[in-house]
Amino acid sequence: MLIGHQPKDFLLAVSGLTVSFDGFKAVNDLSFYVEENEIRVIIGPNGAGKTTVLDLICGKTKATSGSIQFRGKELTKMKENEIVQTGVGRKFQTPSVFEDLTVFENLEISFPRGRTVFGSLTFQRDQSVKDRVEEVAEMIFLKDKLNTYADELSHGQKQWLEIGMLLIQDPDLLMLDEPVAGMSVSERAKTAELLNRIIKNRSVLVIEHDMKFVEDIAHKVTVLHQGQILSEGTMEKVKNDPKVIEVYLGH
Amino acid sequence: MIINSRFFNRSELMGFIALAAVLFVILPLTLDVFRLNLVAKYLTYAFVALGLVLCWGYGGILSLGQGVFFGLGGYCMAMFLKLEASSVENTKIQSTPGIPDFMDWNQITALPLFWQPFHSLTFTILAIILVPGLFALIIGTAMFKRRVGGTYFAIITQAVAAILTILIVGQQGYTGGINGMTDLRTLKGWDIRPDHAKIILYFVEVVLLFACIGIAQFIRLTKLGRILVAMREQEDRVRFSGYSVANFKIFAFCMAAIFAAIGGAMFALNVGFMSPSFVGIVPSIEMVIYTAVGGRMSIFGAVWGAILVNFAKTSLSESFPQLWLFGLGALFIAVVLAFPNGLSGLWADYVQPRIDRLFASRKTKAGWTDNSVADGAPAE
Amino acid sequence: MFGDYSIGDLGSIFVMQGFAGLILFSVYVLMALGLAIIFGQMGVINMAHGEFMILGAYVTWMTSNLFQAYLPSLFSGYFFLAMILAFLASGALGMLVEWGLIRHLYKRPLDTLLATWGLSLMLQQAYRSVFGAREVGVELPQWMLGSLRVTDSIEVPINGVFVMCLTVLITIAVAYVLYMSRWGRQVRAVVQNRIMAGAVGINTEKVDRYTFGLGCGIAGVAGSAFTMIGSTGPTSGQLYIVDTFLVVVFGGAASLLGTIASAFSISQTQSTLEFFMSGSMAKVLTLLAVVGILMLRPQGLFALKVRK
Ligand SMILES: Nc1ncnc2c1ncn2[C@@H]1O[C@H](COP(=O)(O)OP(=O)(O)O)[C@@H](O)[C@H]1O
Ligand SMILES: [Mg+2]
Repeated sequence: MLIGHQPKDFLLAVSGLTVSFDGFKAVNDLSFYVEENEIRVIIGPNGAGKTTVLDLICGKTKATSGSIQFRGKELTKMKENEIVQTGVGRKFQTPSVFEDLTVFENLEISFPRGRTVFGSLTFQRDQSVKDRVEEVAEMIFLKDKLNTYADELSHGQKQWLEIGMLLIQDPDLLMLDEPVAGMSVSERAKTAELLNRIIKNRSVLVIEHDMKFVEDIAHKVTVLHQGQILSEGTMEKVKNDPKVIEVYLGH
Repeated sequence: MIINSRFFNRSELMGFIALAAVLFVILPLTLDVFRLNLVAKYLTYAFVALGLVLCWGYGGILSLGQGVFFGLGGYCMAMFLKLEASSVENTKIQSTPGIPDFMDWNQITALPLFWQPFHSLTFTILAIILVPGLFALIIGTAMFKRRVGGTYFAIITQAVAAILTILIVGQQGYTGGINGMTDLRTLKGWDIRPDHAKIILYFVEVVLLFACIGIAQFIRLTKLGRILVAMREQEDRVRFSGYSVANFKIFAFCMAAIFAAIGGAMFALNVGFMSPSFVGIVPSIEMVIYTAVGGRMSIFGAVWGAILVNFAKTSLSESFPQLWLFGLGALFIAVVLAFPNGLSGLWADYVQPRIDRLFASRKTKAGWTDNSVADGAPAE
Repeated sequence: MFGDYSIGDLGSIFVMQGFAGLILFSVYVLMALGLAIIFGQMGVINMAHGEFMILGAYVTWMTSNLFQAYLPSLFSGYFFLAMILAFLASGALGMLVEWGLIRHLYKRPLDTLLATWGLSLMLQQAYRSVFGAREVGVELPQWMLGSLRVTDSIEVPINGVFVMCLTVLITIAVAYVLYMSRWGRQVRAVVQNRIMAGAVGINTEKVDRYTFGLGCGIAGVAGSAFTMIGSTGPTSGQLYIVDTFLVVVFGGAASLLGTIASAFSISQTQSTLEFFMSGSMAKVLTLLAVVGILMLRPQGLFALKVRK
């Protein structure tokens, strides 16, 4: 582990992060810190910049200024695939799985081995791969669907599959963009259960609108508004913050 | 190397046997040398189409400049053959004997430097692979590392095809200009023009084609093949699974370029000349239609597409030249609107199920089960 | 290489070369305008764009023949009617093609490219069957012949000047339609957010059809203008298609100003280089420069930062 010179060893330290699209600052001088094994939920109205924050962390969007430190490494200077390889996994808002491949193949592609051109040419589907794929498939409730093509899955199952694809990478920081949006009530419950199971030994950054779901899982909540932090703390504290009430109920 | 599944599944195996039978046995037995040589010419495009299956069908990268690589391979081969045909003895009537005739006509008095190494066959063979390969590597790196793809890439490759054509035509002293390099005669002293040589060259080409089919099938079955499919659908998901998407695209593009170049080299050998009319925009986009007609996802389909479209072209454009352009145009539209998976798609939808039913009825009787699917083999 | 010329001569040559560049510029702008709408606004690759142009040229040629035969007294003004007819013909064909072909392929841009290429082959063959394989040239009215003497040694052809003026007018008209008119606002709304535009009551299908038709109509007008400076054959359109796409892409596909700036820089580079080397090498170097710059700056000269 890092021998920190900071008072605390943060897994992720975002400071002064700003991105501007043609002058419009979607994220504006944002700073926040995520600890090891913490579940952090980001909430905020539509267009607040939540997705953009995840985009910035995983390298999809380049920051205009500011820094993102992950285990002491500066992410803003790295390429997307390098960021993944240092241990950051990200799920997109709309389920993005490979529909022309089977569930097994989807998970196998995410298995962290043979990620170069040559490596993928010589990649062998050995027992350790099969075991791991099955283990993850079991977790995401898709054990009996391994040979199903992903386009035949329901919306909720696709969401799970994508979460599974992250799990198999075994990231230290897992970022989920609205994982239960569009799910049925029972699927939501299952997802909450899934998330509670997979957060062991890793930190999770979740964007979610479903307040019940947020209360269930969040250790700490960050409220984003117009690219800036409006409030941060426990769910209890945030819920009673007049500024938050103003933004959510004021208009 | 192949472990998890058989190299060909059942329908692929049938495709393989059918193609091998036609190319190795049926055509050589039934066609005269002239027509067999025509088939050899068609098959040079099958190499290109095969490359496009990997790069376009699997990787989703449409290159409209495959003529460039076909041409580079073809010109490399033609340069070697031309040098051999321009020995001092053969060219003693020229004002500068020992250089290709078109140079002499253009008042060039010494063999240009970049021609020199093409005296060596080893160098030529390496160049056929490496020149197009490196060229594709440069274009691919420049484009894919900057995330240029889709239609932009198509337009840029098309522009490259235009540039190379204008360059070849304009620099006739070095390239033979619009007429290209003609009058190619011998390969290491072995005359490539008589009938028996054409038959041998045909078989050499078919063997090479099957080698390339094998390579393409191998790539398809590895994880790389699945990554190409994945990339075509959800590029970002692949990137955020820890892969450098650009490198995989570059690989697919380079493979397609090398296949095309082998086709071009075989063209120079089998047809006996090379000219800019196989390099430019029009031939390049026609090469795409071979793949589209055969089925952009199908390795064997690509070969059939190249043969059938070219056969149609030869027969139609001889007897009804107007009809041919109409037909070709309609083919482009039809294959996009109505049959996006080409012939192989039609086969898989209408013919294969019948065959399968035939097999299935026998299978249940024999009590034999096919468990290849459980291995997760791509079902196609 | 300058030894044989006096300073004054050189100056005139440069001016006239520059003028030749300006004509090329007009040609590029005219062709690119329609494409900038279709490709830039709708994202459709129309490889048959050149053939829509040629249709305009043929319509102009037919109009001129008709006037010569039946209305010789009005011949000096036939061109203006011809231009309108060219716009209508190409625009109508464009809308037909959008309805029959393009609208099925909005989600598959690469397939659009192949389909419209097929369309271009069929149109070429149709022109060949109807108008013959030979190139045709229109008869110019008297007032367009000859040239303007600017100084003793500098002369510019009147038809060239006319085409340039026409280019300016058409560009202004297109800019007006796109940026000022209600319809232009609808087009841009659909481009920016199709679903929202549909939700606020814009008939997106109709907007698509008319946008495509407008782009093709402008191509027709361009073809019409071309007859003033060159002849027309069934495959003339294909000669320009790659250049035109490069102009649009180089300019940054979504910007009219970019298209014009890019047409200007490409045409001036090419005509200046032509002064130093053969036409084909000038073309090669120009295209290489464009492709090279596009590799370094894929978004083109003027690009908006848009969400992918
Ligand atoms: N690449 C981009 N280009 C331009 N604007 C963007 C881009 N990405 C995000 N935005 C804008 O930034 C704001 C924040 O968007 P987003 O992060 O998606 O919000 P949220 O996820 O909180 O709903 C929005 O107004 C959006 O339009
Ligand atoms: Mg969002």
